[in-house]
Amino acid sequence: MGRDSKTLLRKFHEAKWDEEIIFEMSVPGERGILVREPEAKVKKMVGNELAAVSPKLRRKNPPKLPEINQMRVLRHFMHLSQETLGTDVTIDISEGTCTMKYSPKVQEHLAARHPGIKDIHPLQPAETMQGLLEIIYKLEQFLKEISGMDRFSFQPSGGAQAVYTAASIMRAYHASRKDTGRTETITTMFSHPCDAAGPATAGYKVITIMPDEEGYADINAFKAALSKHTAGIFITNPEDTGIYNPKIDEFVKAAHAAGALCYYDQANANGMLGIARAREAGFDMCHFNLHKTFSIPHGSMGGAVGALGCTTTLAKYLPIPQVKFNGKQYYLDYNCPQSIGKVRSFMGNTQSLLKAYAWIMQHGAEGLRETAICSVLNNNYMLKKLSEIPGVVVPYAHGKRRLEQVRYSWEKLKQDTGVGTDDVLRRMADYGLEHYWTSHHPWVVPEPFTLEPCESYSKDDIDEYVAVLRQISKEAYNNPEFVKNAPYNSVVHKVRNSSINEPERIAVTWRQYLKKKGPQKPLAHDK
Amino acid sequence: MRKKKLGIIVNPIAGLGGRTGLKGTDGIEIITQAKRMGASPESPQRAMEALNVLRRIMDEIEIFTYPQEMGEVEAKQTSFSPTIIGSIKSGNTTPQDTQRAAKEMQKLGVDLLLFAGGDGTARDVYNAVGREVTVLGIPAGVKIHSGVYAVTPRQAGEAAVMFLTSATPETTEAEVMDIDEASYREGKLAAKLYGYLRIPEERQFIQNVKSGGTQTEKQTLQGIAADLIGSMEKDCLYIFGPGTTTRDILAFQGLTKTLLGVDVVLNNQLIAQDVNETQLRKLIVGKKAKIVVTVIGGQGYIFGRGNQQISPEILTKIGKENIIIVATKEKLASLHGRPLLVDTGNVAVDKMLSGYIRVSMGLGSYAVYKVAS
Repeated sequence: MGRDSKTLLRKFHEAKWDEEIIFEMSVPGERGILVREPEAKVKKMVGNELAAVSPKLRRKNPPKLPEINQMRVLRHFMHLSQETLGTDVTIDISEGTCTMKYSPKVQEHLAARHPGIKDIHPLQPAETMQGLLEIIYKLEQFLKEISGMDRFSFQPSGGAQAVYTAASIMRAYHASRKDTGRTETITTMFSHPCDAAGPATAGYKVITIMPDEEGYADINAFKAALSKHTAGIFITNPEDTGIYNPKIDEFVKAAHAAGALCYYDQANANGMLGIARAREAGFDMCHFNLHKTFSIPHGSMGGAVGALGCTTTLAKYLPIPQVKFNGKQYYLDYNCPQSIGKVRSFMGNTQSLLKAYAWIMQHGAEGLRETAICSVLNNNYMLKKLSEIPGVVVPYAHGKRRLEQVRYSWEKLKQDTGVGTDDVLRRMADYGLEHYWTSHHPWVVPEPFTLEPCESYSKDDIDEYVAVLRQISKEAYNNPEFVKNAPYNSVVHKVRNSSINEPERIAVTWRQYLKKKGPQKPLAHDK
Repeated sequence: MRKKKLGIIVNPIAGLGGRTGLKGTDGIEIITQAKRMGASPESPQRAMEALNVLRRIMDEIEIFTYPQEMGEVEAKQTSFSPTIIGSIKSGNTTPQDTQRAAKEMQKLGVDLLLFAGGDGTARDVYNAVGREVTVLGIPAGVKIHSGVYAVTPRQAGEAAVMFLTSATPETTEAEVMDIDEASYREGKLAAKLYGYLRIPEERQFIQNVKSGGTQTEKQTLQGIAADLIGSMEKDCLYIFGPGTTTRDILAFQGLTKTLLGVDVVLNNQLIAQDVNETQLRKLIVGKKAKIVVTVIGGQGYIFGRGNQQISPEILTKIGKENIIIVATKEKLASLHGRPLLVDTGNVAVDKMLSGYIRVSMGLGSYAVYKVAS
């Protein structure tokens, strides 16, 4: 029983429940909770509770929500969770660039259950939520220390929104100097795509610097791209290849000399905490993804925070309100006339801020530094092990180490066997691992896969992960068709990629599904 | 479900000249010479490598091919039971056989035509079927400048499987290029753009969970077109080089560009089509002019391959600052960091063009990219 001690491989089989969509489980009249009628006194005090809602906004009919009792709801979601290989059940090295690390459960409990966070409302007076404001204020002090920046805003709810906010701040900055001809920003191909998309959304033209043959952003192309039209640069370092740009200071100096501002997308900061800071590299702004580096879970596109830091010069443009402290009390400062305004309501995802604060407090300054050292060590150990596997190619910067992640390639495996990266990733599920992430679009590295074994993973975890990839490579060389038809032990077997390209068949909501599929079939218990 | 029809054409002499250093096998004398030197063709083996991959979907396809060494042997050796059409003189096949085979397969309504050969074979297929049939080349020839070939025979097989099994197969157009073999054998390289074939669009850039959405080639070209049209100046001549990219850009403006020619636009009107160098020289006298070209072929040429009409003299007159390069991000990425190339035939002009140049990749989206001479 258990994992094979020699091969480190598991005999895994995922549960398959053939679960209904929750709407199909609905039984009219069934309830999870029966809400009591309010007491007469309360009713009298409140009066007509709908009076505050404009008649235009009121529903004419109740929403068609699924009607299900508690036990069936619980069972439904337990089934779904058993059909999922997520971060809490597998060694989640797979989602390279996402920094999938352990999120201590105590943080979840605090955020979900502490009355100081769960019972408060963003519209209540600041003096009645001093605890939350103190946490936000102190978290800002921590991040200032970690980055060297002078002020932070936690309003952007994701890295891309932080980048968009920064682009808006750049525009406000140049406008204040009557420098109106700056219509372009520059990024690099291996920076996160939001470093192009954010400024583009803010109205900028975007120049992308392609990597040279060694994978580095071409400094001469960058210098040729700079001009009096450049508003700013948006750059990730290390880039998604895990390669640290050794000329980063030259990029920053050249940009400043051209009158541009410099933005450091620190989505890949995990290998640098406590070691190198954006400020010393000369940047004017940066952001951390608290949902990556600072352990907040990636909450299905929600709950994220793109903590945006900047220098004093730019602080006046940050979104409002800003959390401040007058020596006695924490307060929300709306009096920021040059602010770019709001990019999200209130103070952003405050529950997530609490989790990041708790995580930093658990680690301390030394712990953060150790996080960085550990993640880089893990990554380079894994790099060494993976580069010994037949079919794996480690493109670019030969002989150089990587920081916290690596973009690998199965190009050789594909040439030798016809088995490509999409085949390998499907087979992984048969060994109980979440399939890995390939690369941003377009695939500059052929047959890519990007892995990030951050500090949460033990040597044993990494060894198991490597053993699975080694096994799949072996299978590919022995019997390519076998790998191409994987997975065998997963909930869903092979899904043809072409189906995602059939808009007439795709339904992303229940209503759309009904429209495209025809009326709902009656369920057994309806008959 | 209807079985998909797959046509197979093997140019049995492709690759013959490679090992003997004869640089291609277009012409009887060369073939005789190659055979005398003990050369053996590469194409049968390569075709079988691709066909082996297709065995995976053996039951879903029906194969049509030409007799003996033009496909029958290769298909049978890889366990297929092909339908044989046409006739050949075994041991003495000609380009006309390839052309005839391609035409007949077009008539049979093949879903995909796989052919093994080199640039000469691609030209034969192009001459026979143009862009009417979806085709894909199995690389087997000595010269592979055309973009219609998969990187390896195995990948040709993989792409064919993907295309034939896809519910929504997509196609794109790729260049048929060839060099003048006579001058090549004398040490001179002069590549020409002959046309475009329709090939399966490789879904290598398929959307994945994190990328959050990819543009289709059409949307990207629409973006490039919008960017260019938005910046077009009044009373300025725009000289558009050959290619599908420039053609599609002008199509968004309602203009029908020649695919292989150099066309000239003034104030949103096509004022000259398929011009030669002399006509171009006359047109630009005393006028402001800009040149719009795309990257031609897999090697990354922007001048000197297929657009020789835009001569060194014209390039000097118009100047580097008035050259607009258009290319998709995928195209630039496929160069893997290698610089863009120029080969105008004039060293000074090549030098003038070298350095860094802006490339339009979409609406408000550019790259600054290295040009080597």
